[in-house]
Amino acid sequence: MSDHSYVPSSKLGKWFNDRLPLLSLSAHLREYPTPKNLNYWWTFGGILTFCLIAQIVTGIVLAMHYVAQADLAFASVEHIMRDVYYGWLIRYIHANGSSMFFLAVYIHIFRSLYYGSHKSPREVIWIIGMIIYFLMMMTAFTGYVLPWGQMSFWAATVITSLFSAVPLIGESLTNWLWGGFAVDSPTLTRFYALHYLFPFLILGLVILHIWALHIPGNNNPVGIDVKQPSKDTVPFHPYIVIKDLFALLVFLTLFAFFVFYSPNLLGHPDNYIEANPLVTPTHIVPEWYLLPFYAILRSIPDKLLGVVAMFASIFVLVILPWLDTSKIRSAVFRPLYRQFYWILVADVLVLGYMGALPPEGLYLLITRVATAYYFIHFLIILPILGSKEKTMPLPLSISEPVLNGPSDIAKDNKTNTE
Amino acid sequence: MSDPKKPKRRDFLFTASYAIGAVGVGAAVWPLVDQMNPDSSVKALASTEVDVSSVEVGKSITVLWRGKPVFIKRRTEEEIAEARAVKLDDLKHPEKDEDRAKNPEWLVMVGVCTHLGCVPLGDKGDYNGWFCPCHGSHYDTSGRIRKGPAPQNMEIPKYEFINNNTIKIG
Repeated sequence: MSDHSYVPSSKLGKWFNDRLPLLSLSAHLREYPTPKNLNYWWTFGGILTFCLIAQIVTGIVLAMHYVAQADLAFASVEHIMRDVYYGWLIRYIHANGSSMFFLAVYIHIFRSLYYGSHKSPREVIWIIGMIIYFLMMMTAFTGYVLPWGQMSFWAATVITSLFSAVPLIGESLTNWLWGGFAVDSPTLTRFYALHYLFPFLILGLVILHIWALHIPGNNNPVGIDVKQPSKDTVPFHPYIVIKDLFALLVFLTLFAFFVFYSPNLLGHPDNYIEANPLVTPTHIVPEWYLLPFYAILRSIPDKLLGVVAMFASIFVLVILPWLDTSKIRSAVFRPLYRQFYWILVADVLVLGYMGALPPEGLYLLITRVATAYYFIHFLIILPILGSKEKTMPLPLSISEPVLNGPSDIAKDNKTNTE
Repeated sequence: MSDPKKPKRRDFLFTASYAIGAVGVGAAVWPLVDQMNPDSSVKALASTEVDVSSVEVGKSITVLWRGKPVFIKRRTEEEIAEARAVKLDDLKHPEKDEDRAKNPEWLVMVGVCTHLGCVPLGDKGDYNGWFCPCHGSHYDTSGRIRKGPAPQNMEIPKYEFINNNTIKIG
């Protein structure tokens, strides 16, 4: 790419760059050729980077006041809320920040699904992304335990008990995770250590995610390869930087609404009651962003199979690039996939809604149908669509749909896939 | 170089080095894994004594043992009869009530749902026993799973009557 030819103008810069080419890296990031037809759904990568940094910064500050010990944790969170200067603000940003982070990541993932960003040659970007997503869930879960309220305690109990479904070693495995015979202070302390560790693992993986992205370059709404650099691309700076910043500002408006006007809307009132191992709240619900998986877990009447189904629902996403066999990336040119895509979106929303309701009667039936459909979509519909679907002709370049409209361009799909 | 398939002395050295290296790494990792197990201070709290003299017939108390709730229920005649009348074929996890409650009046069990660890609610559910609000498991008057996702009956801990009024759990 163009950065190999980069030579710093100053003598000092050249001296440094010969020893550690950070200036070349910076030049690469500025000049990185980006398809000019990216829409606003492509701004969530930048928004997610912001979310990660905001969580790390507010998290480190909270760690200066929080105490990870069962007798003190709940009180130390109230201490942050009442005594620490701006503690309420920092904690509300951190707590709502996780919801905003997941909102952005879901949009980011569903953008990939719609425009086929997970397909060749971007499978590795996708898989790294899925590992990040899984680590995000682990981070969110361990973080949710830290305030040591009723929901914290019972969420920790229910989720760690998932491992008791493992045959033979289940019980010793859960005791090992707990550091005791139930969720207690040792559990809290180790969750805190892990909650501090995971974001930095995520940060490292984000760097790999972006590195892997910069090898083939961005996908785009048309989903065809663009020559880089060419008239089809614009430099990342200033074009994409400004667009990302504008999108971030809009996103921050929503973020600020939650933080300042309804900071507890996405939380659960039971978590303002200190953890009590003798009483389970009548209705345990995870945070909204985990509800679809929780619904899948509950839909199956067998403990082990329920846990297997829940993990399988994530794993099926990891192998998606090999399940979605269609050579055409963008749903714009896949009339059938486009419909199934929206059915999947609806299905996941239904699963999320059902995850918040008690698992009985009609709700349970709906959850089971939605769970079955989730797997059918990935394991049956996508492989069949890959061979049977009649796709629309692809344009020759990303400029052509703009200049001529998509209908009167080449019919030969082969020219665009190598 | 003459016969590439025949193992050479150097291959033996490589294999032996890898094997010793693997043992060394394993020995170094084990303390890091084992430190997470329940520690000595947690294990030291393994037993607890409970005075049950004030528990009336039909009532139950909940005590904390090793961080978990333990239900101590003084069962009524009807509850005992109901538990004993159940055929083993009807049970998901077949256990006789006689084996679960040595002294039929007293049922002592870990009050943790065997599904995902919630605390079931007493005198509820389709079988007059316990009902777990988390994922809807129904237990009978012997604490046996009758309906719902839990795989097993609620656990009976090791316990003994020290005298007529005191139970030692653990």
